[in-house]
Amino acid sequence: MARRGQRPQTVSGVAMRRLILIAIPYLWLFALFLIPFAIVLKISLSDTVLAIPPYAPQIDLAAGWQGIKDFFGALDGENFVFLTSDDLYWKAYLSSLRIAALSTLMTLLVGFPIAYAMARAPDEWRPTLMMLVILPFWTSFLIRVYSWMGILANEGILNQVLTWTGIIDSPLQILNTNTAVYIGIVYTYLPFMILPIYAALERLDGSLLEAAEDLGCSRTSAFWLITLPLSKNGVIAGCFLVFIPAVGEFVIPSLLGGSRTLMIGKVLWEEFFSNRDWPVASAVAVVLLLILVIPIVLFQRQEQKQREAEG
Amino acid sequence: MPQTVFAPWNDPDEKPLISFQGVTKRFGDFTAIDDITLGIYAREFFALLGPSGCGKTTLMRMLGGFETPSAGTILLAGQDIAPVPPNKRAVNMMFQSYALFPHLSVWDNIAFGLRREGRDKAAIAARVEEMLKLTRLEKFSHRKPHQISGGQRQRVALARSLAKAPKLLLLDEPLGALDRKLREETQFELMDIQEKTGTTFVIVTHDQEEAMTVASRVAVMDEGRLIQVATPDRIYETPDSVYVADFIGDVNIIEASARQSGDKVSLAWAEGQLPLIATTTKTFAPDQHCWLAIRPEKIAISAERPKAANALQGRILDIAYLGNISTYHVALPSGQVLKAQTANTRRIERRSFTWEDEVWISWTDTAGVLLDK
Repeated sequence: MARRGQRPQTVSGVAMRRLILIAIPYLWLFALFLIPFAIVLKISLSDTVLAIPPYAPQIDLAAGWQGIKDFFGALDGENFVFLTSDDLYWKAYLSSLRIAALSTLMTLLVGFPIAYAMARAPDEWRPTLMMLVILPFWTSFLIRVYSWMGILANEGILNQVLTWTGIIDSPLQILNTNTAVYIGIVYTYLPFMILPIYAALERLDGSLLEAAEDLGCSRTSAFWLITLPLSKNGVIAGCFLVFIPAVGEFVIPSLLGGSRTLMIGKVLWEEFFSNRDWPVASAVAVVLLLILVIPIVLFQRQEQKQREAEG
Repeated sequence: MPQTVFAPWNDPDEKPLISFQGVTKRFGDFTAIDDITLGIYAREFFALLGPSGCGKTTLMRMLGGFETPSAGTILLAGQDIAPVPPNKRAVNMMFQSYALFPHLSVWDNIAFGLRREGRDKAAIAARVEEMLKLTRLEKFSHRKPHQISGGQRQRVALARSLAKAPKLLLLDEPLGALDRKLREETQFELMDIQEKTGTTFVIVTHDQEEAMTVASRVAVMDEGRLIQVATPDRIYETPDSVYVADFIGDVNIIEASARQSGDKVSLAWAEGQLPLIATTTKTFAPDQHCWLAIRPEKIAISAERPKAANALQGRILDIAYLGNISTYHVALPSGQVLKAQTANTRRIERRSFTWEDEVWISWTDTAGVLLDK
């Protein structure tokens, strides 16, 4: 009888362990994503003041219930209204989205053939090729962007080589233009595009392509009808991994871009550090987050629906 | 009305659909196919049988166009197919892994080849429906490959490769992934479909029972060579080498030296034992080294010395009970162990022999096959 008595205990022990295991990622998300986001959201609803920290209201727990009431009463959305009043902001958002979208497309066009070549390379070559893709991460990101300044500058390596070979007479102005930003983003984010596509292509069973050829496909049409649809998930993952950080990119446009390169990351930085306007800067960040999250959620819901329809 | 036996390989006027002429395939230093000459006839169900690595798959892939011969020519309906790419051949292949397109439904998988031909929609739909009906897949046409069972996937693969009505269908270990019961059912289904469509089938398999069941002729291969090409019964009853005799089914091999008189051969096989008697159509030189191959089911087992051309006394070492039959392992005084098989016509508790019993085993002079290699 004693044994039987122990049994529910072990069952609840297992349930407990399972609960703890599930709780860890949720706690992680809660502590490192949701709380910081709540803080940013709260600041975006505050007003700027000359103080430390430079925003008001502060929550006054000493005043009890009345303090909390006052605190929430003082929050308002005027910073968000302000964002619509100055066309700088929506232009910066639009320009960021455009630059990010275009550079994602370019990264895809460069990255897909590389991933394809890697997946088709002989087995013994693959670890080396993979290493080569990852290798740039071993150098600081800042140093790599700085070295692009050295390459793209008017008296930089690229212009020197082009003048020396006689292709151009006067140096090309590349640095401090949007072109340099595109080059920087494509270069920096290329591995994030290559790796998921490579993973998808590597899993692709070679006999599928043989079967397609056997059924009358040319090599090219087999690529369009089989390889591409089956690497779709890798392409989507790669595009997300490039597009999302590229929209908020700050270092690349500020180092490689010119004064006319308008990106929301730069605006955000200026609001925080030049204007010391934390509430407006936070509002900019919240809107950026919404711009990125809403399409992703919609996309995933669509995918889910499709899967359910098939299931 | 006399029924004509399907045996185009015996008809000198019949032209083979496929003809390998001195075909060799090398991969670097490795010779996968070694100078093979072979004819396969229209409407045949031809099996390539051999252990893994014997070259059977390479031979099939050359028909499909995925490998080109290093030497020799392959003719399909009289035409050299070496320069024809796989997508231009009137040959379709059913892959071992089935290679179903995972992102397409069953219907679209079957329609895939038809669409590439640019036929009109109604014709494609009609053909796909016909194939679905043939393979009894009508209910699953809208499912994706991962939503159906292994046996259904196998049928989709078959339907897809038959949809274009190829002159020749290649099947690479088509039933390898199915469990035994389903495999046996599917073998008969395959034969049925082959007969209905009149397509020439070439099947690659390492399963000798499968080859024997489905094929009109079997080619036994080893190390890139054809060892024997014959109908299943010929392969079983009259193997022409120890390799084939041993590869197909169960067999006793007795090494001996021959002394021939007419069609009877007296075989000296062990010191101090009476010679064995066998019949042959071959000629053996005096004292030529040879092998007598006898199937276990052709050896009788008895308690008393029987009146037979060959009778040996021994002791039962082991009994393998397989339900319908039992195989007795009988140790001879010479140390050799021979297998004798009997049908279990009586219940097991009424079995006449058991372990350690002294018994006689016997066979007639025509029961075995005398082999010179």
